[in-house]
Amino acid sequence: MSINVNGSSIDLPSDTRVSLLDLLRDHLDMVGTKKGCNQGACGACTVLVDGERILSCLALAVQYEGRSVTTIEGLSTEGMLHPIQRAFIEHDGFQCGYCTPGQICSAVGMLGEVKRGLPSNVTGDLAGGSITLTRDELCERMSGNLCRCGAYNGIVDAITEFAETIK
Amino acid sequence: MSIKDAAQAVMKKAVQAAPDGWMPGGTPDPLIRQKHGLIGKPVSRLDGPQKVSGTARFAAEFPMENMVYAALKYSTVAKGRIKELDSAAAEAAPGVVLVMTYRNAPRMKPAPLFMSSDKAAGGDDLPIMQDEEIHWNGQPISLVLAEAQEQADYAKSLIRVTYETEPSVTVFEDAKANAEQGVFQGQPLLLEIGDAEASLAAAPHKVDVVYRTPRHSHNAIELHAATVGWDGDNLRVHDASQGVAHGAWSLAQVFGLEEAQVHVTSPYVGGGFGSKALWQHQILAAAASKVAGRPVRIMLSREGVYRIVGGRTLTEQRVAIGAQADGSFDALIQTGMVAMGRHNNMPEPFILPAMSAYKSGSFKLAVEAAKMDMLANTFMRAPGEAVGTFALESAVDELAESLGMDPIELRIRNEPEKDPTSGVPFSSRHIVEAYKAGAERFGWAARKAKPGTHREGEWLLGMGCATATYPYYRMPGGAARITLTKDGRATVEIAAHEMGMGTATTQTMVTADRLGLGMECVTVNYGDSHFPGVVLAGGSQQTASIGASVIAAHRELITELLKLAGKDSPLAGLDADEVTGRDGYLCKADELGRRESYVSMMARIGRDEITAEATAPPPLEFTHWSMHSHGAMFCEVRVNAVTGETRVTRFLGYFDCGRILNPKTAASQFRGGIIMGLGLALMEETQFDERNGRVMNPSLAEYHVPVQMDVPEIDVIWTDIPDAHAPMGAHGVGEIGITGVGAAVANAIFNATGKRVRDLPITLDKMM
Amino acid sequence: MNSFTYARAVDSADAVRQGAAVNAKYLGGGTNLVDLMRETLERPSALVDVTGLSSAITEREDGSILIGAAAKNTAVAENKAVRTRYPLLARAILAGASGQIRNMATVGGNLLQRTRCPYFYDDEGSRCNKRVPGQGCDAIQGFNRIHAILGASSACVATHPSDMCVALAALGALVHITGSDGQRTIDFAELHVLPGENPEVETTLRPGELIIAVEIPALPFARHSVYRKVRDRASYAFALISVAAAIEIDSGVVKDVRLALGGVAHKPWRALKLEAALTGQPATDENFRAAADQELADAKPLTHNGFKIELAKRTIVAVLAELAGDLS
Repeated sequence: MSINVNGSSIDLPSDTRVSLLDLLRDHLDMVGTKKGCNQGACGACTVLVDGERILSCLALAVQYEGRSVTTIEGLSTEGMLHPIQRAFIEHDGFQCGYCTPGQICSAVGMLGEVKRGLPSNVTGDLAGGSITLTRDELCERMSGNLCRCGAYNGIVDAITEFAETIK
Repeated sequence: MSIKDAAQAVMKKAVQAAPDGWMPGGTPDPLIRQKHGLIGKPVSRLDGPQKVSGTARFAAEFPMENMVYAALKYSTVAKGRIKELDSAAAEAAPGVVLVMTYRNAPRMKPAPLFMSSDKAAGGDDLPIMQDEEIHWNGQPISLVLAEAQEQADYAKSLIRVTYETEPSVTVFEDAKANAEQGVFQGQPLLLEIGDAEASLAAAPHKVDVVYRTPRHSHNAIELHAATVGWDGDNLRVHDASQGVAHGAWSLAQVFGLEEAQVHVTSPYVGGGFGSKALWQHQILAAAASKVAGRPVRIMLSREGVYRIVGGRTLTEQRVAIGAQADGSFDALIQTGMVAMGRHNNMPEPFILPAMSAYKSGSFKLAVEAAKMDMLANTFMRAPGEAVGTFALESAVDELAESLGMDPIELRIRNEPEKDPTSGVPFSSRHIVEAYKAGAERFGWAARKAKPGTHREGEWLLGMGCATATYPYYRMPGGAARITLTKDGRATVEIAAHEMGMGTATTQTMVTADRLGLGMECVTVNYGDSHFPGVVLAGGSQQTASIGASVIAAHRELITELLKLAGKDSPLAGLDADEVTGRDGYLCKADELGRRESYVSMMARIGRDEITAEATAPPPLEFTHWSMHSHGAMFCEVRVNAVTGETRVTRFLGYFDCGRILNPKTAASQFRGGIIMGLGLALMEETQFDERNGRVMNPSLAEYHVPVQMDVPEIDVIWTDIPDAHAPMGAHGVGEIGITGVGAAVANAIFNATGKRVRDLPITLDKMM
Repeated sequence: MNSFTYARAVDSADAVRQGAAVNAKYLGGGTNLVDLMRETLERPSALVDVTGLSSAITEREDGSILIGAAAKNTAVAENKAVRTRYPLLARAILAGASGQIRNMATVGGNLLQRTRCPYFYDDEGSRCNKRVPGQGCDAIQGFNRIHAILGASSACVATHPSDMCVALAALGALVHITGSDGQRTIDFAELHVLPGENPEVETTLRPGELIIAVEIPALPFARHSVYRKVRDRASYAFALISVAAAIEIDSGVVKDVRLALGGVAHKPWRALKLEAALTGQPATDENFRAAADQELADAKPLTHNGFKIELAKRTIVAVLAELAGDLS
């Protein structure tokens, strides 16, 4: 019974109640993934599972046995920040920093969704194959990540800049 | 000697001790003149790498050896007594270490109520789990400690409790009957100049209406949390705090300790907005830790935050303005009622903006507090101003409409030359410039004067404006320590806070400029109660408080440095006011070539480091100037004619807040305030069930805060005119952004639809 | 959250076998169930993970589409056939929750979402007949702005929160169910029930039964369909009112129409009266309004939700007018 976290195999807890979020924070002391509501209403706990963004607070750790989890700690390599992390700093896409890891993981997952053509609530033509990442598209897709400091404009700018570089 | 004479005598002494620009006759902070330094440059956050990589540790993220986890159980009645409390099943549950109730909690004193003394931090002054008494619906009645969070949470659910209820006041209308005069910061919230009611009655044009604002919750995304442990009689607290010195002192009072026995640190705070003070959770965690003999981590659930951390209270405000045909005000009346807890003192001071916003022939401003059996209400971003400007600035718009006058023009016509109620001059006020330049930038001229006349498909378009205003505060008690080391580096230590305002970055820039060092040579340490100073991150006063403290410590440091460097230094014979720092050198201010580097001076002195600590002079500037920040807020909305949904499509805030120290972080503060203001305008309400005093939407799913999709690109700009009477010429910028927003949105909605909503939030049902 | 055992089902027979255990629950994405367990509103002693069962989305020869109950919401909205043939379904899914939640939530789980009534959620402090039958309902005299205007009872005024289900109701979907007594298929309209005197009963599923697939029948005119959601913020909020609709117009006359409402009742509300009233009538705003009036004729407002009646009517008219306008 194990789960892969940022490339390391981790034993799953024996208590089935442990959420993926608490596994990371309480058991592994990987506190980069944040707890903001523990009820699926804020997005602070967003991580990537096999590249897809999910809410780790609503995920029972046991249900993710054998899966690969990437957290904010796994985005930067050998102390080098991921370009999207640098873009968040450059564009002041955060203030207190608490929702930030979730925003960044969510953005990475979101850009993958855009790339493969997943539509959103504001996509005009559902039949169309590709998505143009307009401001509205970006905002709608990032609306599952609350930021009470209100760094939303900076977040848009940071993600937009990063999205340009990976086009 | 009269009181006034006495005050002047104190002032004179203070001026002699510290001839700063914020005293009459003093010289402004020399940094105001300096144009080539870091101040004014957009600098990225120094703590950015930690925050984006998840390595910044918040209060619940410090491990302690042998730590246990806490869960709280809350009362379900508003008033009464615990009749039966059965915790046997909880105690027997797996992993449980302690079930604490009033029966076994250690004896503690109530927390000192915030503002009852200079370091008091308590949200209320009620007994904390000391008896059977219940004072509000949601009061903690039990705390469970267990080896794991899941175990603590489960055990908590096994506790059975019954109550003997007692009559309670949870209906606002009932509470009004016994309302009391509100008292804020020691002053009654009551101001009358002339006979405003008579002037109103006689005025040819008038508006006289009632506005309502609901309860609000701060909803910082970081849940309130603390990690605590005891080492003998010393208490260690990793807290999420906007007042570490306040917290440490107050905890010491609760547990009967010396202040120095309590060590509170808070290097990162995941949003505060007024909420990260001392509430019961830190105290209960410390108490339980003492009983269990093990360190405790407590992290409130989101529901828990709503149950035990107070929010902004509701207000009901009458605003009446009597005016002449040319728009000049004869009478300005803003009176009303707020709900307030029985064991706190925060009568939401919604009249503060009206005290200095407009000239008027007469004034009547008053706040009454209706006491209710509810969780203590508290400070939330721009307490008073956020909701007061909604009512006042909506009423000004209503008057403009009835006069057939442009609302900006009406405001400009009533622009006061000096503070209209205190009579003292403004230290710095450029609101008319902000309005004129803002109107130009926003394209105000395109606004249709007649409401409801601009339609695109289903959408009605409108523009509105409102004035933002927030006082400049500097609280007493600021102090700082600076250490200069022989390698020419400086470290500042001050018990201040970084909750996202950019304080750590901005104060590093300021200190670097002040010393004439590069930013890389300056470190600002904060968030530690063992550092000097009583510096609240609140009231937008932290920038000024740190600024004044560092100025004082810097003068001490330079004085000491010059003294120790002696007569062989090129700077021999000069005093601190005659020198300035540049590029790692201390220079004669008017002869920059006469200089010596810090490294050289330290070598000459032969010491590894020199440390200076000083206290900022008392904030007497307020007795001479009326000091405020201002802003002209412009909003464009689209209101759906079918569904009543409102979307804010454009927003501009043109701010007049003195000199802007770091445009990058200041812009974020402005935008953040505006966005919280959009929430206040359109969606935020803490639902308080008046039948039993229970908050019914204690969740981020049901309490709506703005999401990314609600927020347009927000344009912010500023006059950047320094206030000569403030350190660095700067004002704090944390709260001004939320003020005026509610009215700017409401006014834009009126312009779009012809419908005036006086009851926040402006949800779609009110537009139907 | 109480302790529970966790096991993955390898196939539907295995799931049903395990699901027959006392107090067992099927676990999909967990986006609602885990939250309800944390709130102690659900206290299963065994969780049977059914996310490994069929998640296939299959176009069939008869023109229907079969969606395995384990399909993620995202996968359904992303599916090309769903997007082109049933845009109202894709749009309903995309209007719900957030990207993260849609990546977790399954179709089967979405169908079994429970209400967002705050008095239901307030386990300790409020009365709720849905939680504790016979206890009373604190919502009727409390905050009920989000509550039902149609089909409510004196016992319960809660609403069903799903967006996807509103589209499925409009489409007349079928629900494939398996249980210890074998497989059966029911109309979507038969899955959820009105509260009546037993609001704790939310579906017609029998103990241990498992939803294994949702079938969407061929409905060619659904290619031209809409889902419109009205809510308190621009995204990531439950519907106050939502409308899923498809219409077929021939020479200005309504040949067929499908319409369902969300946010109005204990179940996704198929507007059968409206459909009957409109069929064969000219596709005019006046007729849309008259049909909406008929559909909402029995609507009963509570203290705070009276606005929903007019809002529902207006939204219906706007949606139908939009569809008719596009077709003309």
